[in-house]
Amino acid sequence: MGIPKVWVYAEADEGKAANASLELLTKAREIGDAVEAVLVESGAVAIAPELGEHGAAKVYAADPGTSLPGVIGAAALAELVGEQKPDVVLFDQSYDGRDAVARLSAKLDLPVLTNCTAIAVDGDAVTVDTAIFGGNTIVKTTFKGPKPFLAVFRPKSFAAEPGGGGAAEVVKVEGLDTGRAGEAKELDHHVEEREGPKLEDAEVVVSGGRGLGSAEAYEPLVDELAKLLKGASGASRAIVDAGWVPYAKQVGQTGKTVKPKVYIAIGISGATQHMVGMKGSDNIIAINKDGEAPIFGIADLGVVGDAHKVVPKLIEAIKAKG
Amino acid sequence: MNVLVCVKQIPDPATPGELDPETKTLKREGKLILDDSDAYGVEMALQLADKAGGGEVTLVSMAPNNEVSGLRTALAMGAAKAILVSDPELVGSDSLSTAKVIAKAVERAGDVDLVLTATESTDGYTGTIPAQVAELLGWPSLTFAKHVEVGDGKVTIERQTEAGYDLVEASLPAVVSVTAGVVEPRYPSFKGIMAAKNKPVDPVKAGDLGFSGDQVGWAGARQEIVSIEAAPEREAGEKIADEGDAHERIVAFLEQLKVI
Repeated sequence: MGIPKVWVYAEADEGKAANASLELLTKAREIGDAVEAVLVESGAVAIAPELGEHGAAKVYAADPGTSLPGVIGAAALAELVGEQKPDVVLFDQSYDGRDAVARLSAKLDLPVLTNCTAIAVDGDAVTVDTAIFGGNTIVKTTFKGPKPFLAVFRPKSFAAEPGGGGAAEVVKVEGLDTGRAGEAKELDHHVEEREGPKLEDAEVVVSGGRGLGSAEAYEPLVDELAKLLKGASGASRAIVDAGWVPYAKQVGQTGKTVKPKVYIAIGISGATQHMVGMKGSDNIIAINKDGEAPIFGIADLGVVGDAHKVVPKLIEAIKAKG
Repeated sequence: MNVLVCVKQIPDPATPGELDPETKTLKREGKLILDDSDAYGVEMALQLADKAGGGEVTLVSMAPNNEVSGLRTALAMGAAKAILVSDPELVGSDSLSTAKVIAKAVERAGDVDLVLTATESTDGYTGTIPAQVAELLGWPSLTFAKHVEVGDGKVTIERQTEAGYDLVEASLPAVVSVTAGVVEPRYPSFKGIMAAKNKPVDPVKAGDLGFSGDQVGWAGARQEIVSIEAAPEREAGEKIADEGDAHERIVAFLEQLKVI
């Protein structure tokens, strides 16, 4: 016996279902008897087959128009939860997912558990694992009190697998009251040009840290190597805080979680807050001047050396291989 | 324009965090410092108030033991005053309880046009409090801002997205969370540090904000920690010192992994 009704707050990404949403649906299928999704997206009908294939029998869809998706999502969930009574709602720890769960928790006066990496069901008890202290400690917490239980998961906590279901039935949700929160409007979307894969989908991730010495070193060392390996470039929090690269590149506790085939850390000492975002990588290569840097404690191949000497030679050698 | 900045005082992130085995809360016995993530909000607030040609920057912090050392740092940067909520009854508050306390503190501060926060704290990093506070106040929230402009009773931000950023606008008052690195926080000047010692800090108890003991802190928590364990460790592999040819070893490893 699983949980009677599990909901997933699904999100869209460039007209398709977000990977993180498919991961959550796959898990929901395992722990729930009935699985349904809530989606804030104008093109819900196009996404319903993918959500259905991963386990959602039904998708409640609200069109955000120019409102912020999280605001519409919270309003839709608050209304639907009262009628449909899900036992658990799973969220992805994304920008909009966090907006939606935060507002919903305040509307319904329900607690939220964030940074979850696993969920287990034992009879009526629902217990989640949360990674604290940058991921070196796992806390297991059981929900108490009124339902639904709200849990927010770090991306890549589960693997997405299709279950063979047909397209989810789309139920439109309209006429939501968002109050003053709904006054926030999206005026324009700016898409930054990206060469190569997305950071969280890349097979190879090359990240830079303070050990690069200066912002100017990022492009010729980190970006260049990432491009050459058809990967994506990332960063430690230190150089994001310093304004060298945008927040979108940050890997770690406060940034992205990546699990590439190869992760190359250049000039990154390995603060716990960085390691939580990358220690699930299949293979880790670290280049750092300080032989005592914690990053070497988890690296499959560690090179104690100056990035400014090692990386240019590495780039030349890979180019020579053609 | 009056800006209120939520700041958290946290144990130094350079020292490893520890949980109290009895209460299962984070140990916060040592000196607390201003969370680095909050320095950006403080700087942004000072710049916005300056640009608006007047107004005050007020800080709100919830901390144990009337801790003020982190607040003094932010006051030394230039904030005018602070509200410090400190009460043993608040120990163990989850993110929603914390947001309730902050929302009440915003109301106590009175004439506030804009509330600034970080996207999440460095030690707890739930990342839900900005939008929770906004919902409790009935205000719009613009989260994950990498650029902020205020004018004509509106706030406009560049909001971080997976693909780039969205230009998003809301009427004031509103809550805005700012990402790290958006502005360069100033270092407190000697004059600022001296002035900070005499800036007003309003000490507030849970009861002053209208909370009774069973609503907040552990008594108000609706979850139970059942176990705390170390995460599985990853093993270290080969470590070599660069003698001018380390790149060859990396190439060989990448070839073995069929990446090149």
